[in-house]
Order: sequence, then C-alpha cells, then structure tokens
Amino acid sequence: MEKRVTFGRWTIGILFAVPQLLLIFTFFYWPAGQAVYWSLTLQQPWGGGNIWVGLDNFRSILANADYWNSITASMIFAGISTGLAMVIALVLAALTDRQLAGSWLYRVVLIWPYGIAAPALALAFRFILAPEAGFMAVVNRVWPGFWDPGLDGADAMASIIIAFSWKYVGYNFIFFLAAFQAIPRSLIEAAAMDGSGVLRRFWDIQFPLITPTIFFLLVINITESFQDSFGIVDIMTAGGPANATNLMVYKIYSDGFKGLDYSGAAAQSIILMLLIVALTIVQFRFIERRVHYR
Amino acid sequence: MVERTPILNFFTHLILFAGFVFCVAPFVIVAIAASHNLKDVNDVPMSLLPGSDFWVNIKTAWVTADLGPKLLNSFIMAFGVAAGKVIVSALTAFSIVYFRYPGRTLIFWLIFITLMLPLEVRIVPTYAVVANVLEPYQTIMDLTGLSWLIEKISGVRVQLSLGLLNSYSGLILPLVATATGTFLYRQFFLTVPDELTEAARMDGAGALRFFVDILLPLSRNNMGALGTIMFLWAWNQYLWPLLITTDQSHAMAVTELKQLIPNVGGAPEWHIAMAGTLIVMLPPLIVVLLMQRWFVRGLIATEK
Repeated sequence: MEKRVTFGRWTIGILFAVPQLLLIFTFFYWPAGQAVYWSLTLQQPWGGGNIWVGLDNFRSILANADYWNSITASMIFAGISTGLAMVIALVLAALTDRQLAGSWLYRVVLIWPYGIAAPALALAFRFILAPEAGFMAVVNRVWPGFWDPGLDGADAMASIIIAFSWKYVGYNFIFFLAAFQAIPRSLIEAAAMDGSGVLRRFWDIQFPLITPTIFFLLVINITESFQDSFGIVDIMTAGGPANATNLMVYKIYSDGFKGLDYSGAAAQSIILMLLIVALTIVQFRFIERRVHYR
Repeated sequence: MVERTPILNFFTHLILFAGFVFCVAPFVIVAIAASHNLKDVNDVPMSLLPGSDFWVNIKTAWVTADLGPKLLNSFIMAFGVAAGKVIVSALTAFSIVYFRYPGRTLIFWLIFITLMLPLEVRIVPTYAVVANVLEPYQTIMDLTGLSWLIEKISGVRVQLSLGLLNSYSGLILPLVATATGTFLYRQFFLTVPDELTEAARMDGAGALRFFVDILLPLSRNNMGALGTIMFLWAWNQYLWPLLITTDQSHAMAVTELKQLIPNVGGAPEWHIAMAGTLIVMLPPLIVVLLMQRWFVRGLIATEK
C-alpha cells in the first residue's frame, strides 16, 4: 500500500529516518556482523588480533556433546512448554468467549501472568516447587525423594517448563480471545440455528477461523522459549543439575561471559540466529500463504 | 450465549475457575509467604493463613537488596525505552510512509529484518559494541583509510572511544534499536486519509508541521499502546541489565532478585525472598491493571 499524497522535499524525509538507522546500524547490524566475524576466527590468547579459522569453530561446536545436549534440552523445553501454554490458553479463551456471567473477571485476571518479569516469577516458582519448603515438600513427605530439582534433571526441566508456561498462558490467552472475538457472532448463531452443537461449532467454525492465530502463536512461543527462558533458568536452576537445563541462550551466555570463549559463543549465536530466521521465514512464507480462510 | 446448555455451562464455569486459580495462586502464595516468619515459611505444609510479619519482611527485603535505588533505576530505564521507542518509531514510520526517495524500500527492509533477531541471541557482540559505541565507526575509518588520511593531514591520530557500560544510555539504546513500533505506526499512518494531507498542504503546512500538529495527535492511542507494552518489556529485561551493569549503583530491581535466593547451607529465608519478589512484581502488575485496554491493544498491534 502506498500513499498517493506525499511530501516533496525528500532530503528532509531521510532525516526523519536517520535516528533509527544509526541505532540499528550500531546496535544491530554491526554486532550481527561481528558475530559472523568472530565465529569464523579465533582470538589469539596473547593478543595480536584474530586468526582466520574458517568453519573450525562450528565444527568443534557441533562435535561437542555438551552442545547437542543443550540443543536437545532447548527442544524439549520449547516443545512441552509451547504445547502446554497454547492448549491451556486455547481452552480458557474458548470458554471465556462463551460470555457467561462473570467472564469479564477471567478476561481481566488471566492476562496478569504475562506482565510479570520472568526472573520474578521464577523466584516465586522456585519457592513453590522447592523440595524442602513450599508445596512440593508435602509430596516429598509422602513419597520421600519424589521431587528434587536440585539433583534430578527431569525435575529441574519440569520446574522451568511450569514457570515458563504459566507466563505464556497469559500471553496466548490475549491473542486467542481476540481471535475468537473477531469471529462474527452471526456465523455462530446461524450454525446454531442449523442445529449444530457447541463442540461441532468449535471444530467446524471457530477452530478453522483461528488457525492463523494458532500458527502465529506457535512460532512466537517457540522463539520466546529460546529467549525469555534465560531469566527463568538463571534464577531457578543455573543450567543444572549436570547441564540438564543448560538451554541454548544460557549456554551462549555462560560460554561467552563466564568461559570467555567469544568465538565459540559467536558460532552458537549464529546457529541460533539461523534457527530463528528459519522459523520466521516459515511463518511469513509458508504459513501466511497456506492458512487463509478469510 | 446462543442456546441453553446447563451442563456445559457448569463445566465452563468449573474449568474457568480452575484457570483463575492457576493464574492467581502463585501471586497469593507469594504474598502469604511474605507475611510469615522464618519458621512458619518453612513449615510443611506452609500455613495459608497470613502471618504477621509482612511489613518487617518487606522492609528487610528492601534493605537487603537495596531496592529503593534499584526500583528507581528500573523506572528510568523502562521510561527511557518506552519514550525512545514511541519517538524514534514515529519519526521513522513518517519517513517511510510520507516521502518518496531512492533507497526507501531498502531502508524499510533493513528495519524489518531487525524484528527477526532479538537482543538475546546477539548478546556477546552487542556487549562489545556498548563497551565502545564508536568502535564501528573507528573500524570503518581505519578500513577506508580515512583515519590514515586525517593523520597525514592534521597529524592527529583518530582514536574514537566512548564506553557505555554502567550507564543509562548503554542500557536503553540497544533496547530501542528494533523495529517493533515502526510497523505499528506505519500501519496506522497508511489508514490516515490522503485528503487530510492534501488539506494541510493546501493551508501551507510543511512536512514537520503536518507531522507535529496533525499526525501525532491522531496517533495518541498508538502511542499509549506502544508505550505501555514497551514499558513492561523494558522493566522485565534481565539478561541485558545483568551484563551491562557491573556497578551496583546502576543495577535494576529485576536483576537484584538474585541476591535474595536463599543460599545452600544458609538459613532458608524464603519469607524475605518472597517479599522482594512481591515488590518487584508489583509495578508491572499495576501497569497491567490500570492500562489493561492499551496493554491488550498494544500487544496485539505490535506483534501482528
């Protein structure tokens, strides 16, 4: 879409874009380029600049069992938490959309979790799920040793999944509810007149009409599970126990800033960037074209 | 409601209520735990009746994590990011929509691509840039031979250096450098009728005049929505402040939470930790409550 009426003095026009261009050049394109450069070179320990090593950094990263462990952990985390957060939010939004008495309350309250900082809710859940105090301790009284995120990798993974899903149920709820409310009431009413029940109407009318939202949220949830998980991991498990929750962004952070391995961290960043770019392209190219019911 | 479905309605209420409990329970548990003393908070099971030490714990958490200045820092940063986004994105969108110049499509795509890569994935090199923001320009001058030329002519060796670690600008600017708001404004500007622009030009208004007197007042709703979302987003940042603020006087409230995690082997002071959590949770929660309409609108508009 283009404007028919524009202003003639285009030199002024460019000036308006300059602040943003300067910002994205300095803080986006330069660092992104830098990451590529670092991933292809190795910093010499005694100084004297970087030496070109080609794809060696990528080779050593991809040959590293820790890195594959981190990828697996990220995938498990992304898969389960996205699934949980989306299914719960979809059910709650569909039911809120039925607009029974009191539904305004759910519309207000169910979005609260998304406002909370990931580290703050992580600390809250760390207490709630603590094995010796809080609420899982009750379960541990009955079955001693049942739950210990500090020692058991699966328990630690479950903890960060619960914390992350709790936040993103709120987020998904907002979008699902908006999508449901955008469906014309007359459509639902006409179907009801024709004798279709609530479930039938959901599967044959509402669900197909919100598929664009579902795919959109799928991509956003997965990308967010790569980024927004950092605070949760750092507060709840610090990547442990035994690297069971060492997700990709957390590993980049600990390799780059704790291990001071810039080249390795840069190579990991590039791989993560490619992954996210691929997801975004899937969203724009594939999904936006295939899913069109309106 | 379209038809009478008493059984389904019953289950609807039941499930929604379960969802309500699921969302609210953590807040309630945090608040109750923050009101207990050391012994009660570690009771198994913890009593769900509030204890009497609420204000004592809040005060201890406030002092231990030094939350006063940290909350102020968080506010400054969040306001800075929100204001920066609201202003910079409006300017850019105006440029892209209302002018025709060579390279406009290129600029559009350059900005659009920034949506793809969040700060978290390019964290290491961005940190290096903030340690010396002029480094890109220095490198460019070195590579193009410009610094050599200047040294020959004036005898001055060009050494550009400006570190932004431990400063508000270092915290704020990289967070402003994405395209989130630009497309929100662009979509809106495209819906502004052309007749309005024509009328303004007829009355002799230039580009700047039109932007300030007509376009900006029209975009008040967008600004509210974008500002709310960006404020919350910036307030909740964790990794970036953690790296940039090594100096305590610039630390954020959210990063300070780490100080409150009970140490292994130390006294399990969960009541203090939960009091601190409550303090840090409260400002964004209040923003969500008061600005709900704008929050929802902003979220949906910026992402879609």
